[in-house]
Amino acid sequence: MTAIMKRELSAYFKSPIGYVFIAVSFLFSGFFFWFFTLSVGSTDVSTVFLGMFYVYMIFVPVLTMRLMADENKQRTDQLLLTAPVGLMRLVAGKFLSAYCVFMLGDIVMLIYGVVMSFFASVNWAIILGNFCALALIGAVFVSAGLFVSTLTESQMVAAIGSIALNVALALINVISSVIPVQFISDALRGISVFDRYYEFTTGIFSLSGVIFFISVVVVFMFLTVRVLERRRWA
Amino acid sequence: MIEVRHLTKSYGPKKAVNDISFTAEEGQVLGFLGPNGAGKSTTMNILTGYISSTEGQAFINGVDILEDPIKAKSFIGYLPEQPPLYFDMTVDEYLSFVYSLKKCKLPKKSHLNEICDIVKLGDVRGRLIKNLSKGYKQRVGFAQALVGNPKVLILDEPTVGLDPKQIIEIRTLIKRLGKNHTVILSSHILPEVQAVCDRIVVINKGRIVANDNADTLARNLSADHKLVLHIEGGSDEIKKILTSIGDVERVFVGRQVDERVYEYHVEAKEGVDVRRDIFKKLAARNYPILLMRSNELSLEEVFLKLTTGDEYGGAEKLETKFDRMEKGEESK
Repeated sequence: MTAIMKRELSAYFKSPIGYVFIAVSFLFSGFFFWFFTLSVGSTDVSTVFLGMFYVYMIFVPVLTMRLMADENKQRTDQLLLTAPVGLMRLVAGKFLSAYCVFMLGDIVMLIYGVVMSFFASVNWAIILGNFCALALIGAVFVSAGLFVSTLTESQMVAAIGSIALNVALALINVISSVIPVQFISDALRGISVFDRYYEFTTGIFSLSGVIFFISVVVVFMFLTVRVLERRRWA
Repeated sequence: MIEVRHLTKSYGPKKAVNDISFTAEEGQVLGFLGPNGAGKSTTMNILTGYISSTEGQAFINGVDILEDPIKAKSFIGYLPEQPPLYFDMTVDEYLSFVYSLKKCKLPKKSHLNEICDIVKLGDVRGRLIKNLSKGYKQRVGFAQALVGNPKVLILDEPTVGLDPKQIIEIRTLIKRLGKNHTVILSSHILPEVQAVCDRIVVINKGRIVANDNADTLARNLSADHKLVLHIEGGSDEIKKILTSIGDVERVFVGRQVDERVYEYHVEAKEGVDVRRDIFKKLAARNYPILLMRSNELSLEEVFLKLTTGDEYGGAEKLETKFDRMEKGEESK
């Protein structure tokens, strides 16, 4: 697992992808931070984080698109799948490498909190709640992207597919509100990623929320393993 | 040791591999020979656990690849048809990645140095894999298979893309490794298999058509009472002369070798040597024999015979054509 993680991490920073992702993170978060707090003299960071939610929805797939798609195309999956490594470890290694890069981009959000604290009193509960929410939703986006990347040989297809999946995940609550059948609507609401996310942004650290996000990540990783397994049996 | 029992792989109604069984002992190089699309790579992919079989079992050192894939895979070094290389890594980075991926316990530096010496990668170790030539890429792929000193080596067309000197080096290397490893190598190049392998499994359309040592395979299928001759002169007359020899049973006129020179396939009674009679008869009529050899099949011919069922490579068909021409049927 560590071998795969190390290789993936070094691949991110040998190609421009890692740098581009982090730069995009810094650029957007910096802009939102200035626009929604500094320029209007507010310490409410929820909008800044919400902005990043949408940015990551679109940009995390750029990070995850090559994870398996490229292996499928270059036939290097033959090396990984014939090595004495369990599939779950392989998938976990891939996930963690992409998640590390994601967190490198995300961690800057905490620095903004520190910067603000020099000029005003800051509600750290809200900042940390938002930060946790973004970190957790990031894990969901990374695992979803990894899953889609396993399905195809084309990085382009993987990227577009993951963006579509992320948007669908984020919009579950919207979809649920327009469905007239009560129990389907309720069920969808129950798995709404955005509702859980919103809970955190009010500064409430909910354990059930954490478990929910981790479960979604595990489901996507499990699906990824199944796709790799299925290829063996096809 | 590798044991394969009744292996079948179906893709829908098509059977890529159909009921294959064979065993490769330790210290043996087994050649997997067959035309393109015969099912060689599919079998190798099953053996290495990359894909699964539809039916049947494969054991690596007694471990079923489906029951305990991780253990079975730890015995195997695999060089797929297309070497699985990461182009953005240097040779050294790549090999140390493979080293940790395989959870290798041997002392890292000396082990990797040894492998690089074996496959002669010394001077390119610091270079990016994407900038290497095809031959070097193939060698890096080979090196990757050797990491961890696995007991079983599965090599899918290991000499593709190498120059003749490298091919000889790799063959020597495979022979050397074969002494204390189990090696399976696939190829459609016959001299390669003949030069390197102790045992040959010929596979065609997913089925095993022969499984024997290299020498026996050629010997069993050859027959020294069959002769091939090149004789200068009119083919009809020569055929008559040859047929008139007492022990000769059949004579085919084969292709035209040169102007007024034809190839003849002579089949005598089994165990009878008719070479002297043929010489005397033809000499008496002043027909020079330009070539005479017993029809000991080369592996190439054995291969064609096994996979197409045609021993004379079209000569028989030509014969019937001549017959019909003589009878005037063809002119219609």
